[in-house]
Amino acid sequence: MCLAVPGKLIELIDNDELMPVGKVDFGGVARDVILAYVPDAKIGDYVNVHAGFAISIIDAEEAEQILQCFQQLEDIAE
Amino acid sequence: MKYVQEYRNPKFVKDLAKRIREITTRNWSIMEVCGGQTHSILKFGIDQLIPERIRLIHGPGCPVCVTPASIIDKALAIGRLDNVILCTFGDMVRVPGINDNLLQAKASGSDIRVIYSPIDCLQIARENPDKKVVFFAIGFETTAPANAMAVFQSEKLKLSNFSILPAQVLIPPAIEKLLSDENCRIDGILAPGHVCTIIGLKDYKRISRRFNIPIVITGFEPVDILDGFYHVVSQLEDNQACVENRYSRSVRDEGNPEALRIIDEVFDVADREWRGIGMIPKSGLKLNERYAHYDAEQRFDVDSAVDEADSECISGLVLQGVMKPTECSSFGRECTPEHPLGATMVSSEGACAAYYLYKRNSK
Ligand code: SF4
Repeated sequence: MCLAVPGKLIELIDNDELMPVGKVDFGGVARDVILAYVPDAKIGDYVNVHAGFAISIIDAEEAEQILQCFQQLEDIAE
Repeated sequence: MKYVQEYRNPKFVKDLAKRIREITTRNWSIMEVCGGQTHSILKFGIDQLIPERIRLIHGPGCPVCVTPASIIDKALAIGRLDNVILCTFGDMVRVPGINDNLLQAKASGSDIRVIYSPIDCLQIARENPDKKVVFFAIGFETTAPANAMAVFQSEKLKLSNFSILPAQVLIPPAIEKLLSDENCRIDGILAPGHVCTIIGLKDYKRISRRFNIPIVITGFEPVDILDGFYHVVSQLEDNQACVENRYSRSVRDEGNPEALRIIDEVFDVADREWRGIGMIPKSGLKLNERYAHYDAEQRFDVDSAVDEADSECISGLVLQGVMKPTECSSFGRECTPEHPLGATMVSSEGACAAYYLYKRNSK
């Protein structure tokens, strides 16, 4: 129930101050998403979406850093 | 899809499982709080990958499971009234109240609609000015900002035919309740990444200090969850107890300030009854004074039956890790997802239902 699905913000549709809306692409399926809780989101950002609302911008650097840690361990192991 | 596939990398999964095995020297009980994580653990067979010495405890983190049957009955009673459209999340429609569920009510003619976002209810309210639209507002902190925004927007749009039946619950007080129980055997916690995305780390730091327990915030993919276990076990083996944020791609220390602001605008903290657990002080949200007129319980005068304890069900013990779903004598016999006897069988995110679904004789 607390699932949030990552998708890419591809378009800003409505600039309403309280309820800005953008189009988010979920691997080929696009949906309107309310951006009220991610005021800094820019086109091209990945956002986590829950119940029609983006609840966070996915921090690409943080995501990569953790993955790189695993990759390095793999490399050492090999 | 990006940020999903990478965190399902089978090589990382194998490597993490191996590293957990290497560092585990004692018996530990670790609870994942969130039902979404319980579901992932069973679905991806993570329970089979981690060492025997680690006992899994499946926490209360499924809002659908913990909504009392009496509130579902109230929703059913409101849904049966003339000129009412009752809106709910899809997860909720099959959950049994005391006698019936929402799907049965719909089959017998009530206008019950499954919505994707609480905001959809506002559209329904505008399109049906002669009907009263009621939203059954369940959820944890992850969903509270969406529910709050529906009320806030309705006020701005002056929609007089919209109200909510609030049944929202909060995670940290529930964790504290479980940890305070004398039967509690929880040594470490995987904290729910999306709840933390909203509320941040503050409450978890307090809990970690108070109970001297390691808490690691994780995501929902197999690599996230195994990474979470790895860090909890590392702390336990090193005799450490702190909060680690391993879902930093979504969780910031302070949470999401915009979301917290709107929750605060609309709701107050209140005591709440949890199905299978009982009353937990300050563990829910109710509409505050300014928005109290949106409370469907005040608008519609419906009786509700008193909750009876789920009889033969041991879900309370399952939630505390004292027993496994498969140790319950009703599991898969009298109690199935179609005929659940207790909270943890009612939605696919409940521990009993997840065990049933993936049919594992798990540890
Ligand atoms: S299997 Fe059913 S009766 Fe047994 S603990 Fe789980 S929910 Fe309760």
